[in-house]
Amino acid sequence: MTTASSIFSAKLVGPAIGNAFRKLNPRELVKNPVLFTTAVVALLLTVLLVAGGEKLAFGFQVQLIVWLWLTVLFGTFAEALAEGRGRAQAASLRAAKSELVARLPDGKTVPASQLKRGDIVVVGTGDLIPADGEVTEGVASVNEAAITGESAPVIREAGGDRSAVTAGTRVISDHIKMRVTQEPGQGFLDRMIALVEGAERQKTPNEIALTILLVGLTIIFLIAVATIPSFASYAGGHIPVALLAALLITLIPTTIAALLSAIGIAGMDRLVRFNVLAKSGRAVEAAGDVDVLLLDKTGTITIGDRQASEFRPVTGVEVSELADAALLASLADETPEGRSIVTLARERFGVKQAALPSGAEVIPFTAQTRISGVRAEGSLIQKGAVDSVFKANPGSGDSAQANELRRITDEIARGGMTPLAVARDGRILGAVALKDVIKAGVRERFSELRRMGIRTVMITGDNPLTAASIAAEAGVDDFLAEATPEDKLDLIRKEQQGGRLVAMCGDGTNDAPALAQADVGVAMNTGTQAAREAGNMVDLDSDPTKLIEIVGLGKQLLMTRGALTTFSVANDVAKYFAIIPAMFVVLYPGLAVLNIMGLSSPNSAILSAIIFNALIIPLLVPLALKGVKYRAIGAGPLLARNLAVYGLGGLIAPFIGIKLIDLAVAGLGLA
Amino acid sequence: MTAQGWTLILVFTVLIVALAKPMGMWLFALYEGRRTPFHAVLGPVERGFYKLAGIDPNAEQNWRRYALHMLLFQLAALLFTYAILRLQGVLPMNPRGLAGIGADGAMNTAISFTTNTNWQWYSGEVALSNLSQMVGLTIHNFLSAATGIAIAFAMFRGFARRQTSGIGNFWADMTRVTLYLLLPLCLVYAIFLIASGVPQTFASLVDATTLEGVKQHIVVGPVASQEAIKMLGTNGGGFFNANSAHPFENPTALTNLVQMLSIFSIGVGLSWCFGKAVGNPRQGWAILGAMMVLFLAGVSIVYWQEAAGNPMLHQLGLPGGNMEGKEVRFGLAASALFSVITTAASCGAVNAMHDSFTALGGLVPMFNIQLGEIVVGGVGAGIYGFLLFAVLAVFVAGLMVGRTPEYVGKKIESREVKLAVLAIAVLPLCILGFTALASVLPQGLAGPLNKGPHGFSEILYTFSSATGNNGSAFAGITSGTPFYNGLIGIAMWIGRFFMIVPVLAIAGSLAAKKYTPETSGSFPTTGPLWVGLLVSIILIVGGLTFLPSLALGPIADHLAMIHGQLF
Repeated sequence: MTTASSIFSAKLVGPAIGNAFRKLNPRELVKNPVLFTTAVVALLLTVLLVAGGEKLAFGFQVQLIVWLWLTVLFGTFAEALAEGRGRAQAASLRAAKSELVARLPDGKTVPASQLKRGDIVVVGTGDLIPADGEVTEGVASVNEAAITGESAPVIREAGGDRSAVTAGTRVISDHIKMRVTQEPGQGFLDRMIALVEGAERQKTPNEIALTILLVGLTIIFLIAVATIPSFASYAGGHIPVALLAALLITLIPTTIAALLSAIGIAGMDRLVRFNVLAKSGRAVEAAGDVDVLLLDKTGTITIGDRQASEFRPVTGVEVSELADAALLASLADETPEGRSIVTLARERFGVKQAALPSGAEVIPFTAQTRISGVRAEGSLIQKGAVDSVFKANPGSGDSAQANELRRITDEIARGGMTPLAVARDGRILGAVALKDVIKAGVRERFSELRRMGIRTVMITGDNPLTAASIAAEAGVDDFLAEATPEDKLDLIRKEQQGGRLVAMCGDGTNDAPALAQADVGVAMNTGTQAAREAGNMVDLDSDPTKLIEIVGLGKQLLMTRGALTTFSVANDVAKYFAIIPAMFVVLYPGLAVLNIMGLSSPNSAILSAIIFNALIIPLLVPLALKGVKYRAIGAGPLLARNLAVYGLGGLIAPFIGIKLIDLAVAGLGLA
Repeated sequence: MTAQGWTLILVFTVLIVALAKPMGMWLFALYEGRRTPFHAVLGPVERGFYKLAGIDPNAEQNWRRYALHMLLFQLAALLFTYAILRLQGVLPMNPRGLAGIGADGAMNTAISFTTNTNWQWYSGEVALSNLSQMVGLTIHNFLSAATGIAIAFAMFRGFARRQTSGIGNFWADMTRVTLYLLLPLCLVYAIFLIASGVPQTFASLVDATTLEGVKQHIVVGPVASQEAIKMLGTNGGGFFNANSAHPFENPTALTNLVQMLSIFSIGVGLSWCFGKAVGNPRQGWAILGAMMVLFLAGVSIVYWQEAAGNPMLHQLGLPGGNMEGKEVRFGLAASALFSVITTAASCGAVNAMHDSFTALGGLVPMFNIQLGEIVVGGVGAGIYGFLLFAVLAVFVAGLMVGRTPEYVGKKIESREVKLAVLAIAVLPLCILGFTALASVLPQGLAGPLNKGPHGFSEILYTFSSATGNNGSAFAGITSGTPFYNGLIGIAMWIGRFFMIVPVLAIAGSLAAKKYTPETSGSFPTTGPLWVGLLVSIILIVGGLTFLPSLALGPIADHLAMIHGQLF
């Protein structure tokens, strides 16, 4: 958790102050119209002061002008501070990048910055990978701590879904040949640096809309203030420009305008700290709007590995025979499922076989046959999905055993388990039940999501029966069984047609179209380059459960914006009550009754309002950077809560604040 | 304040809320283009119109086309009335031989009636012939009301439709609303008024001999027919200068109640119709709820202030409420209620003189207008104005539930915000801008009858009324000058069409959007929380802008009164 002290740590505040002044450059400032207006007004008053055109106390005018400039500076400071936090993170990334060199296949070395898309480079043990690319030859273990912070090495190999490598990561063992897939300066690392620094920051759609609203309010209040001199002249009086300026600046939404970009940068930054890299701010906003979450069963809902829990032989086959065959077929199977079959056979049935008999021929699992097995001691043992085993043994599907097996497998599936058929020489022996273990706490998570109004859909390759059972146990709202990438894509399109926003995560190349289609597509960092390109976020930890937190972070960003906007607008009521009586009391002394705060003098009232208006900005910086806490309590209660805190609070706080400042101002004799 | 007075306010509130659904169902049938019982008789008339004009009522128009046709129609109607007023002297049905109206006056009046304002710088019975009243003006009472409802329908379609560009057909909306709603209602209403004693004749003058034997000319005319649409269409332009305070316009307590109900009837019906159109009547009730909160708050303040009366008169031994400018027949409560209804609703009909209200009693009607007359509001204009604030409220607070703001299933994005702000900014721009002009220029300063803050209130009220298309006046002002006629004319035109065009653009933008189904994570726009939020946003964004001007007008006036100074 970020604390206020770390937000204002000296290491960040120092440069931020410098940058706050640098951001006064009109070309920079004009991007924030409200702050720009404030600066123009401050400049105008400064000029008027120098020209001596105002009939107001000199000291009072100076104070007013100083606070106006401070209002602008507090705004630019908030933005600079938020950027500084990102920049600190970028610095370590940049360090990793600067000394990269690439070794070409002919042995020559060139600086990494000269690599172009399509170049082939060789990376050996201990080398840093010079550019983003795809492994074309070999396999290596790679330490990706530089970008993920995770020190456990990951395997990168040619072909398949683990071929992507990232610049700045280090090969720990073996060597690979890789093809560069990015033009210089556009790699993953470059983009990450640019994003966390806020250099490439573009306003998101929601930010643009909010800015329009703030400009609109500024115009409306400008009209309200600009017409006052005429009204005053009707009443036979004159209102000094400085007072009008004070009223204008306190009324226009300076608070939210000053904090708006800081909120956006901090939102991105929170995601980066969470080891998720969003390719645009738009994606973060979309995360808050998500209505449907597509969650892969394996790894998200269940722990990745299924465990063998039962042997179910068909009539006429002893359990031990089935266990024996299953064990043989699994000895060479290094998957967790295979190992769990071996364990079950040994522990439950005392099968002693320790290793494959010599001369045994292992038949590996392929995506086409979807069975694996072993040919040993003159017989062929096969293990695989029921239909695949039938298919591999023509005719076996018509026997009485086959029908019995179907009944058994249905039972297994209904129990939420996955059946694996085992056959010896084409004879069906029975099935192994593989049990999915549902992760602790997911049920609560899903009911939390439901309260947030988000529907969860479990995506699984399992058959519908198994899927339904697991779905019910895990408490997801819906499931997509026997899902192919096309099914996923269709589901996303269908939901989007219904006006819902969909989030999903994926890692394989065949996930890429769905990742691209989804409103929030989180690619796993271990995934293929194609998947990482297609998604609009990359999870550096490759943890699919994080999708849920990503939604929370998106909501937090939007909520922070809404809360501070509401607060800013609600503040205006008190400011009116401070300034209007102070300004008009010379015209109609009776209007002093509007001074309900009992402020000590007109000048003090105006100064206090301006000081409050300025000070509230740095006071709210921690909130803007940390974000308003999101609670999964449903929109109604959430709104009630936030309206009470930021709406009502925004109404009351300035009454108290302005009064206290007035006491100080009067006490110090400042006005 | 009396129990009787509060009972009247309560009875009115209950009756008007009870009217919302039946009126809404009627409107909803027209919104959808469904058959009504009147189709049997009027169906051929409707089809005849379309045939004659070569219009396909089923041809959907996008917002640009809808807006263009609407504007061309308004322009044509405006010029038609302008011509009639100018040529009144040579046209028939002018038994008193009145002369034509001057250019600035005629233009002001033509704009006034086209924009549903019915600001009258003249006394109707003195300056206008029967032809001018019936053809030149009453026709607008129907058409401007129908236009308002048509725009509201178009905006409802924006919210209700999905991924389409069409927001209805302007001509079909106009024809249906006029034929199947306004005409039948007005017919029944006018007969009721005639039965209650309102004149309806082509004769112009009745000679009477008073008890003292003095000969008196009493102006009469086709009053009942104009009276009906004046109320239903929230037009407010009376046949007589005294408007609904005149016994020929508003003869009995019952007609007074019915008039008040009829001002609000279409407005409350449209709120319900909106809910129905977007598939959830509770959305409509929530809007009506927020309107009623603002309404009752207004009525309470006015009644309290008027009943409290003037402390300076109390010191002179004249106790009681403020009866200056009120019809003794109606008294305090009915006058307070009427004044709030007529200003809340952009009607502008009056049964008492707002200028004579206490300062704060007069502030409420003025504030109602400045908010944009969205508390029930003018027919159509009220609900579409209100929806602009709903869009803003959703945008400001909607983010607080952690989603991009949505309202009734439509995402509110930069385009909608831009247009809503544009439409809402028109009010302060015109009201405050023109008041500022008038309060420094000599031509403007010549207008107000009274001095000090009260005179300022008169100017402020004038431009509020014009921009808000209300049409009522703080009677003290002399506005029939070229300066005021011109400025008020511009204010009325801008206040009407610089609001309508953005509204239609929003409708077009919303209609093109997908529908986002409501979930438990969606921003709730039906409960009391939403009602409270709406009221706050309306008061803060819509209202606070006017606080400086109100402080220098009615508030200063009121405080001066307390300190024993009157203007």
